[in-house]
Amino acid sequence: MSTTESRRRLTFEIFRYNPQDPGSTPHMQSFELDEVPYMSLFIALNQIRETQDPSLQFDFSCRSAICGSCGMMVNGRPALGCKTLTSDLPEVIRLHPLPVFKLIGDLSVDTGTWFREMVEKSEGWIHAATPFDPDAQEQRMDDDLAEAIYEGDRCIECGCCIASCGVANLKADFAGPAGLNRIARFMMDPRDSRDDTDWFEVISNEDGVFGCLGMMACHDICPKELPLLEVYAYLRRKALATSYT
Amino acid sequence: MSSRLISTDVLVIGGGLAGERCAIEAAAAGHDVLVLSIVPPRRSHSCAAQGGMQAALANCVKAEGDNPTLHFLDTVRGSDWGADQEVARIFADEAPVAVRELAHFGVPWTRVRGGSNSYFIKGEQVEIEEKPENDGLIMHRDFGGTAKWRACYAAAGTGHAALFAIDSEVIRLGITVRDRVEAVELIHDGNRCWGAVARCLRTGRHFAVVAKATVIATGGYGRIYGQYTTNATINEGMGAVLALNTGIVPLGNMEAVQFHPTALAPSGILVTEGCRGDGGFLLDKNMHRFMVEAEPEKQELASRDVVSRHMAQRMRDGYGVETPFGPHLWLDIRHLGEEHLTTKLREVFDICRDFAGLNPAHDLIPVRPTQHYSMGGVRVNKDGQAYNMAGLFAAGEASCWDMHGFNRLGGNSLAETIVAGRLVGQRVAEFAAATSLDVQTSLAFETVERAEQRAADWLERSGSGPSIYDIRDAMAESMMRNVGIFRTEDELTQTVDKLSALLLDCDNAVLRSKAPGMNPELSFALRLKGMLRLAMVTARGALARTESRGAHFRTDYPLRNDADWLKRTLVRWSADAAEPAFNYEPVGMLEVPPGHRGYGSDERIEMEQSIEKYNQKVEKLQAAQGKLPTEEQR
Repeated sequence: MSTTESRRRLTFEIFRYNPQDPGSTPHMQSFELDEVPYMSLFIALNQIRETQDPSLQFDFSCRSAICGSCGMMVNGRPALGCKTLTSDLPEVIRLHPLPVFKLIGDLSVDTGTWFREMVEKSEGWIHAATPFDPDAQEQRMDDDLAEAIYEGDRCIECGCCIASCGVANLKADFAGPAGLNRIARFMMDPRDSRDDTDWFEVISNEDGVFGCLGMMACHDICPKELPLLEVYAYLRRKALATSYT
Repeated sequence: MSSRLISTDVLVIGGGLAGERCAIEAAAAGHDVLVLSIVPPRRSHSCAAQGGMQAALANCVKAEGDNPTLHFLDTVRGSDWGADQEVARIFADEAPVAVRELAHFGVPWTRVRGGSNSYFIKGEQVEIEEKPENDGLIMHRDFGGTAKWRACYAAAGTGHAALFAIDSEVIRLGITVRDRVEAVELIHDGNRCWGAVARCLRTGRHFAVVAKATVIATGGYGRIYGQYTTNATINEGMGAVLALNTGIVPLGNMEAVQFHPTALAPSGILVTEGCRGDGGFLLDKNMHRFMVEAEPEKQELASRDVVSRHMAQRMRDGYGVETPFGPHLWLDIRHLGEEHLTTKLREVFDICRDFAGLNPAHDLIPVRPTQHYSMGGVRVNKDGQAYNMAGLFAAGEASCWDMHGFNRLGGNSLAETIVAGRLVGQRVAEFAAATSLDVQTSLAFETVERAEQRAADWLERSGSGPSIYDIRDAMAESMMRNVGIFRTEDELTQTVDKLSALLLDCDNAVLRSKAPGMNPELSFALRLKGMLRLAMVTARGALARTESRGAHFRTDYPLRNDADWLKRTLVRWSADAAEPAFNYEPVGMLEVPPGHRGYGSDERIEMEQSIEKYNQKVEKLQAAQGKLPTEEQR
């Protein structure tokens, strides 16, 4: 980090619309800030709200890329605002809310409802064969398998992949990258009693893995770097294997 | 939903681990349950817990011989004898069930690998043969202040994995969760709580939720320290404010505030204790491992209060690395190797890369102690029931249950959320089953109107008053400077005076945005006074406690004083009273007599009365402070 270089004057062009205000219409609004070292969009947007326009709506919570609140379009690419540094961006930074999700206001969108529906539709929970026995030792699991399940479990449902997905943008019923990843995570979990035939119904159709056109923007932009390419390959292979049995 | 009044059997305020686990228990018992959460529940701050969850499963070699009694003893010592030992005992006994239940719900716990494993212990690399018969059981890692390796973990994303598993169960049970909704005032008649008034953070509209039982599970109040916290921006302590504003329900031990030794400097983002548990070192500016002489027995793995104090002292002594953002020390985990760092400590690796631009396999990590956990909160009895107010419960970090006393052990908070969620959830279910929703709706509507008036007052005020954000920053600076790791009468008094002035400023502050809807400036303004009041009871509690215990360290009273201060602070402060009222109660029944913790200072002022005499008075004195009878006493 060099503080001796002359500081940049940044321009933020931000999408504005407050659906709760009958007088509000969608438009872009510009703000200017002096760049400081290690300036993230979390720092920049709070500074704009606190010093320039207190009505600006956006979502942050953990500011450490684990809660998934701050997905937004940054110069046309979905990203987490908290871990996007202005030093990696040009002087003009255009911010839009994520598409697909319902707009709450300005940069704030309703990912909560979308993801709850996705979990309900795919029954994204462990379908346990037996109820929990508080007196029993835990079911054993190989640590390599635990690591593999954890890899998929790491999705924070920020919605960036959904926003980047051409299919999810056009088809409301498509499970989307995060949805398919969640399904794969439960498929490989031996604690889930659903069998290949059950899964076949969920994934082997155009709302499941065969709806994916393979453009793979999701894989490129996932803030948690989930290996989505491998996830879809796994799902396709499983679907194919089931259809031959 | 546009209704101004809705009803449910059980209202849970807060969609993190404690609240959702409570909701599961109540819903499984057949109750109608509504969870309110200011963010989608999977974004609750529980998700940010990294390193582990304590439970004495004794699955690996370094955990051999572990049992709930050892866990209980570690918890009491960690608390510096400030904990309610009966609660700590219940907790330690139930923690193994909580971890195994999470496995049942799908948490991908890291597992024991039978055969030869390489670990770093006290600076040495050692090879340990894990028994083949334990292969595949839940693994443990070492954490601070524990006799055995006990923390169960899923890489360094334990909270995330636990929260997603619990929320999946909430969805499976069809429990209604309304996200972006904030509870702003309890509906109560002075003896009985009947739900809460909430404000929708999509529309700005207020509505009432009437309920037979209400649970506060809103997490901690770290944001009274502004940016000097590992906590998320949502951890503003609004659950504690709901209780405090009644003037009837006390908050317990608000001065007990934990500073985590290793937050990334200067951003304050948490770097897990698991780094030191897995063999990481703390270094000063001369690359000296100062914790070895400071704490020869536990070294970097003494309790958090002790390690943070040594670190702060080291920086005061001029051994910190100076930067424009203040001094820091180093966390060194390079020797653990890239493979370990990208698997077992993966989230740490990512945080270092994304937020500090470094690779912890090759670079040192700049760290310093930072506000992390609120041991204080809504004072509840063993069943999680708030003092003085029937129908009101609290669980998790929002509560002062009180298993942590004056210092929480790492990994005990995640375990508490599930243990307390299960237990308090059962009590809530029993309470709801035994009562009917016999409430005057006028009580609910009056509370809605008061809340609407508060918002309207903010919007109507005009002129050139102070900015709410300036008030927040002044509060945070004063809290960090004077109500931090080292405290003195002079400095605490300065902050009390400062907060008095800021409370007046808050009444004159003016909003610059009158935007309809949720209006982010208004949303924060509505919380600001509550935050200032929490800061005030924290500072005044610290000023009144003329001893040092756990995380509360008074340089002018450096000894733990069991003769005068083996007691819990209670504070009540109604919304319209000028001054908070402080009282004290015994910490609880003493099973383990006060003694040396095994780390930190071995000097203290001893108890004068006998344990028997102390214990004889516990029930009576706690009842006098408004403690409701527990389930077993009814």
